[in-house]
Amino acid sequence: MIRFSYSRPGAVGEAVQAVQADAGAKFIAGGTNLVDLMKYDVERPRRLVDVGALPGLDRIEEADGGLRIGALVTNSALAYDARIEQRYPLLARAILSGASPQLRNAATTGGNLLQRTRCYYFYDTGTPCNKREPGTGCPAINGVNRIHAILGTSEHCIATHPSDMCVALAALEATVEVTGPQGERSIAFADFHRLPGEHPEIDTTLAPDEIITAVRLPPQGFATHHTYLKLRDRQSYAFALVSVAAVLEMEGDTIREARLALGGVAHKPWRDPAAEALLRGGPATRERFAEAAALILQAARGYGDNSFKIELARRAIVRALSQAAAGTPQPVADKRIA
Amino acid sequence: MPVNPATPGVAAAPSAGSSPVAHHTITLTVNGTQRRMEVAPWTTLLDLLREQMELTGTKKGCDHGQCGACTVLVNGQRINSCLALAVSKDGAEVVTVEGLAMDGTLHPVQAAFIEQDAFQCGYCTPGQICSAVGLLKEGHARNADEIRELMSGNICRCGAYPNIVAAIEQAMQQAGGSAR
Repeated sequence: MIRFSYSRPGAVGEAVQAVQADAGAKFIAGGTNLVDLMKYDVERPRRLVDVGALPGLDRIEEADGGLRIGALVTNSALAYDARIEQRYPLLARAILSGASPQLRNAATTGGNLLQRTRCYYFYDTGTPCNKREPGTGCPAINGVNRIHAILGTSEHCIATHPSDMCVALAALEATVEVTGPQGERSIAFADFHRLPGEHPEIDTTLAPDEIITAVRLPPQGFATHHTYLKLRDRQSYAFALVSVAAVLEMEGDTIREARLALGGVAHKPWRDPAAEALLRGGPATRERFAEAAALILQAARGYGDNSFKIELARRAIVRALSQAAAGTPQPVADKRIA
Repeated sequence: MPVNPATPGVAAAPSAGSSPVAHHTITLTVNGTQRRMEVAPWTTLLDLLREQMELTGTKKGCDHGQCGACTVLVNGQRINSCLALAVSKDGAEVVTVEGLAMDGTLHPVQAAFIEQDAFQCGYCTPGQICSAVGLLKEGHARNADEIRELMSGNICRCGAYPNIVAAIEQAMQQAGGSAR
C-alpha cells in the first residue's frame, strides 16, 4: 500500500476542514472499499481523515414520521434494526443481500453510498479507464463487459454502481444530509448519484470536501408490498447482474403508488418515472407489469457480454412486481426465486 | 494480485519527495491482554496481529476482504482484519482464534469443528471459526440455509462446507438454539 498520513478529528467541522485543506486527503470510515482500492493502487490518498469515530453519527432516530440514519450506522446495525425490519423491510433485505456479514459489520451507511464501481478495468491499473484516469479511454465498451451497464451509459463509461442498499434507498426516496465548508444541505436520493456522461470520474454530486452525516427515510415504508429481487452469478456474496427493488401501495387489485429501482444496470440506481406513472391507478397484472418493463428497457443497449441483461431485467421487473403485489417478497437466505 | 509486504514495526521510508509520515501509538486489548504499540498508518490489523504480535493463527488469504481467512472479532463483531487499518482500531478489544479457548478447554465451536471434521487443509479454519463465533453471537441464523448465507464471507478451497455447516449447527444446539 502507498504511504499516507492519518488523522482522526473529533468533530464533523474539523473533519471537513482537514479535507478542504489538502487536495490529497480523503475521508475514511469503515474502509472496506477504500482500503481495498488503496491496495490495488486505484486510490492514492496522501492523507486519510478518519471519520469512523465521530460522535453522534451512529444512531437511528425518529424524524418527522420517518427515520434519520446516522452516516456511521453500520450496514449490519441498520439491516437488523427492529424499526427498519418492521417499517422498511425492503431496505433490510437489500442490505442483507449484499456483501458478507464481516463486511456489513464494518461498512457504514455513508460509505455504502460512496463505494466505487467493480468494473474490472477500473480496478486494473495496467489498463486505461476514464473513471480512474480521465481521457485514457474505456476498454469495457468493446471488451469484457458481462457486469456492465445497459442504461444511461456514455461513450466514455459503461460502469455500474455496485450497491444493493442504494437501490432500496432510491425506491424509498430517501434524502442524503451532507455538511461541507458552506454548511449543511440535503440531496434527494435521485440526485445524489450521477450518470457518467462526459465525466465518469465523478460518481456523485457530493463535493470532495463534503461529508455525509445522515440518510433520511420518509414516513412511507411500503412494509406490505415490497420485494428486493437480486439476480447474480453466485447465490451469495456476489454483486447483482440485475436487481429490482419494487414497492407498491395497493387498494384492492388496483395499484395506487408504484416505485421501481434497478441495480446492476446503470451508473446509478435506475428509476423511470414514466413506467411508474403507467403502473399507478392500473391493475396489478403481468400484462401491465410487462408494459412497464418494456418502457424501462426501451432505451437499453447491450455491449456484447452484457446484452443478456436486457431480457434478464425485463423478466426480473415482471417477477419483482408480481412478488410485491402478492405481498410475497423474495427471501434472503432461500435462493429459489419465489 | 499485488503483494502487500508486511511492513509493521519498521518505520518505512516515505516515498521520494514526500514528507516523513508519523507513526501512531495505539492501545489494543488482544485476547484479554492490553498492549501499547507503534503502528504505521498503512498497517492493517491483520499485519499487526501476524507480524508485530506473532499471532499467526489469523491467516492472510486474498488480502482483499473476499475470502474471510483473516476474520477476527473486534469489539465482539466479526470483521475482515485485512481491510481494517490498525490505527483506526485504537482502544478496541480484539479476539483471534488464539483467544477462543479458555483454561485449556476448546471453545464449543472449535470442539465442534473437530468432531464434525469441518476442515481439510485448515488454512481457512481460523477465519471460519471466528466467523462462526460471531454468527452465534449475532443470533440471526435459525437453520442450515441461514447458516450457509451468513457464512458466505468465508471461502473454503477444499470444499468442507457440509461439515462446517454441521459443526455450526452442533455448536448452535449446544448453545441452546439461536438467540431469536
